[in-house]
Amino acid sequence: MFARASSPYTHGPASVSRTMLRVIYAVLPAAVAATWFFGWGVLINIILATLIALASEAAMLQLRKRPIAPALKDGSATLTAILLGMALPPLAPWWLVLVGVTMAIIFAKHMYGGLGYNPFNPAMVGYVVLLVSFPVEMTQWFAPVALLDSPPGLLASLSYVFSGEFPAAVAGLDSLTMATPLDSLKTDLSLNRTVSEAMAASPVFGILSGKGRDVVNGIILLGGAWMIYKQVIGWQVPLAMLGTLFLIASLFHIINPDIYAGPLFHLFSGGAMLGAFFIATDPVSGATSNRGRLLFGVGVGLFTYIIRTWGGYPDGVAFSVLLMNMAAPTIDYYTRPRVYGEERG
Amino acid sequence: MGQRLHHFHGGLHLPDHKAMSTGKPLEWAPLPKRLTLPLQQHIGAAAKPVVEAGDKVLKGQMLAQASGHVSAPIHAPTSGTVIAIEEHAIPHPSGLKAACIVLESDGEDNWYVHESHPEYEHLEPQQLRSLIRDAGIVGLGGAGFPAHIKLNPGARTAVDTLVLNGAECEPYITCDDALMRERPDGIVAGARIMRHALQARKCIIAIEDNKPEAISAMRDALERIGEPQLQVIAVPTRYPTGGEKQLIQVLTGKEVPLKGLPIDIGIVCHNVATAASVFRAVVKGEPLISRIITVTGENIHEPKNLEVLFGTPIQEVIEAAGGISDNSGSLLMGGPMMGFALHDLQLPVIKTTNCLLAKQPEPARGPTLACIRCGECARVCPASLLPQQLYWYARSKEFDKIQDQNLFACIECGCCDYVCPSNIPLVHYYRYAKTEIWEQERERHAADLARQRHEFQTERKEREKAERAARMKKKKQALADKKKPGKGGADADAKKEAIKAAMERAKAKRVSGEVKPKNVDNLSAEQQRKIDEVDARRAANRDAHESSEEQS
Amino acid sequence: MIAAIIALTLLAAVFGLLLGYAAIRFKVESDPIVEKVDAVLPQTQCGQCGYAGCRPYAEAIAAGEADINRCPPGGETVILALSDLLGVEPKPLDDEVGEEKPKEVAYVDEQTCIGCTLCIQACPVDAILGAAKQMHTIIADECTGCELCVEPCPVDCITMIPVKKDVQNWKWPYPAPNTQEETN
Repeated sequence: MFARASSPYTHGPASVSRTMLRVIYAVLPAAVAATWFFGWGVLINIILATLIALASEAAMLQLRKRPIAPALKDGSATLTAILLGMALPPLAPWWLVLVGVTMAIIFAKHMYGGLGYNPFNPAMVGYVVLLVSFPVEMTQWFAPVALLDSPPGLLASLSYVFSGEFPAAVAGLDSLTMATPLDSLKTDLSLNRTVSEAMAASPVFGILSGKGRDVVNGIILLGGAWMIYKQVIGWQVPLAMLGTLFLIASLFHIINPDIYAGPLFHLFSGGAMLGAFFIATDPVSGATSNRGRLLFGVGVGLFTYIIRTWGGYPDGVAFSVLLMNMAAPTIDYYTRPRVYGEERG
Repeated sequence: MGQRLHHFHGGLHLPDHKAMSTGKPLEWAPLPKRLTLPLQQHIGAAAKPVVEAGDKVLKGQMLAQASGHVSAPIHAPTSGTVIAIEEHAIPHPSGLKAACIVLESDGEDNWYVHESHPEYEHLEPQQLRSLIRDAGIVGLGGAGFPAHIKLNPGARTAVDTLVLNGAECEPYITCDDALMRERPDGIVAGARIMRHALQARKCIIAIEDNKPEAISAMRDALERIGEPQLQVIAVPTRYPTGGEKQLIQVLTGKEVPLKGLPIDIGIVCHNVATAASVFRAVVKGEPLISRIITVTGENIHEPKNLEVLFGTPIQEVIEAAGGISDNSGSLLMGGPMMGFALHDLQLPVIKTTNCLLAKQPEPARGPTLACIRCGECARVCPASLLPQQLYWYARSKEFDKIQDQNLFACIECGCCDYVCPSNIPLVHYYRYAKTEIWEQERERHAADLARQRHEFQTERKEREKAERAARMKKKKQALADKKKPGKGGADADAKKEAIKAAMERAKAKRVSGEVKPKNVDNLSAEQQRKIDEVDARRAANRDAHESSEEQS
Repeated sequence: MIAAIIALTLLAAVFGLLLGYAAIRFKVESDPIVEKVDAVLPQTQCGQCGYAGCRPYAEAIAAGEADINRCPPGGETVILALSDLLGVEPKPLDDEVGEEKPKEVAYVDEQTCIGCTLCIQACPVDAILGAAKQMHTIIADECTGCELCVEPCPVDCITMIPVKKDVQNWKWPYPAPNTQEETN
């Protein structure tokens, strides 16, 4: 107990670790679902990332001579690791996870002064560094479990992650990597196929977006809704981001459905849901006022669509979040709320 | 009643903990043996003592007078003897000492009779204000601003609405609730007097809707007088509705201008307890010498409301409520959101003491972590500030920037602090920044004065030097002139002329006989002879001299 | 070739004129830097910085002859304000010139004062009242605490006493670092 010198002498139940824990709770069902649909690789990613994150967090705190235990308990490193783990391709080689997580924790977080001082979302910095540096590994997604005759078990998956090949018994799986729906769509569109042709051509597509991906994204949406209900996050960023993505995708889809995918495909593809509820809502690197958060969300949605549709990468959530992170201080500056009694206008 | 209410930004629903101290009849705390009365129990200049140690005083007699416009006098809460005027610890967050009048009660409680004015309607507003000022009435809601100033609309504005604040939004505190339940007629009478003093069109008595008994008691009292310009409005319970600016916004939808006062929008706000004391002062001729205090908290045996004489040691007030059962928690003066910790039970009760709170200790709070900019503080801020930015600038001592963020619109309600997940003592940072800025302003003022005086001194020294130089030059010139042969110098001529003129004048006087010899009565013959001889000699001399003068 | 030269010359002339016009038309009368620096200094006139007073020090700073960390009465606040104003790095107070301490005012011991007026002559802000062979006294409100009067007194009757902390001038302390937070 630290005695306070000044009022208030009472405090609500809020704490950083409580907030982080709730966010982690909200994302866990989606992690389980992703494991169900995409195999053990997802779980291995998350656990490996968490262990590396906690280790590098502890190491950095030690180097910076800060108390270690409270910072590990606040859950922020774990959350970063889980989000990054979910964003990486399942069965990604261990070193990919290592590079991504250490980039996130050491460079994006502690080099800027630790929790609260990082201008960029650490998970997204880690992700983008990997995407730019190791494009091949980052786009090699294993096909959803449902499309495999005999999906690799836990041991086989572990072996693949750490050695790069399956044990002899389950050989023959190497060829089963498959482009993600966004990736596949982009490739097909560049080959002058229409959206519907592209979606019919590959088994990776499901009802809304990719097979299994629509369900996982739906669960992420539910988790996000729970967080908004519990006031863990505000509604502004997710609504603005998804709303913008929806509107702009609808607009282009109406103009030309052959070359522009529909709004629901965009909402339920790639990192849109995870980005809207778990990444762009990161308060540290985002805008802080309500109007600012709306603007922030609109920006993320807009850039996501632009990069997905006309950019060189299949998905644009990570880049959009980082771009808007850069704009956050400026947004905050221009969206300061009108103080009580200040003249309107 | 049918009136549309508005919202203020932010705010909190807090557990109110009010039930433990309400509902019991109001009691008087026992008469203390010794009372300590700080000369400053209000905002503004400290009062000036008008008694000395050893003086016998009666209950209600003025002990110290207001010293300046923003100040309030202090009266004897009971009859007895002034035993000292000296420094004592006062209830203040600083824990510092300040000048106090120490009064030993004689146990008689004999009143000093002040004039009473039951027919206050016939008094001019100005007369009412001076009665209220002389009764030492200050805002009893917490701040302690002298009431007569806020009853003066000035020439600028007509007052539309007098708001009586009975919201009492802070947890645990129920002193206004008790007052409204038990003495509604006094409040209503006070409201009418204040309305008269302000010449306000109407008066709203605002009460949070978690106090249904108080609301109905007040409504009944209003019915008894049947004045339609006065009405009771129940406002939603939400901390800090009782903040003056927030209450005005809830009632009228208007905002007090950032650097203005409620009067700028035709509204004046007073606490209900202030109204009750105005009634006592004007109609009964009783100055402000006591108030109702809530003694409450989980660690108090019998939480209740007590009417307490100012100057009573806190210890005795707490004993009157059964004492403290457990010393593990802190003792606060005021509520948990805005009060301050007391470290000494001998501190006296003062005019702004609304509550003594012995709370059970809260579950341990973790250490202060870095701000994660979650924005919860901004969400709950009733002034629509960005507390996280204020914190940032206060922490880095950027006092210009923090003022650009309107630090001074902060009412220190503590909402931001309450919700902060990082346990940052936000209000402490704002208070630190405010007092630093005031200090800087004082210093700047002192520096300006010092600069002025230094520049003046430098100028004066230079002028003196120049003057001295000029004089020296003149003297040198004169010396040089003297050395020159002949009397041709203009100066010499002038001098000569002057001497000559003076001599002429003297001569004229003599001739006209204006100069009368003194002391010449009752002379002996011998004396008279001597005088005559001298006179003759003088005359001879003078003639000789004058003739020689003419020759030259 | 010739056309190009002529065109460029013309362009240069036009822009030159434009710029010249703008310089006159939109001239900003800025406060001389000395004034600004002087406004930041505490005006103690104590001379601890090595200059005859605050203004000479301000002039020296403005001319780049003196460092910004030579004002003990101003302390950290003044150093920060100056670094902000002049866009230079703040640095700790120069040890040579003394150390920051709480504000004090001079006090004349009335029993000992012989009325020599030496302190009156030393006071940079005329804050000492008195005349020859009369007891002197200090106007506490106007005393800057510069200590210049202490030295000249032949009977050592002047002492510096710290300004009393009272409820009016009390400040909330900087929140205690019970924290694992950054202290950068």
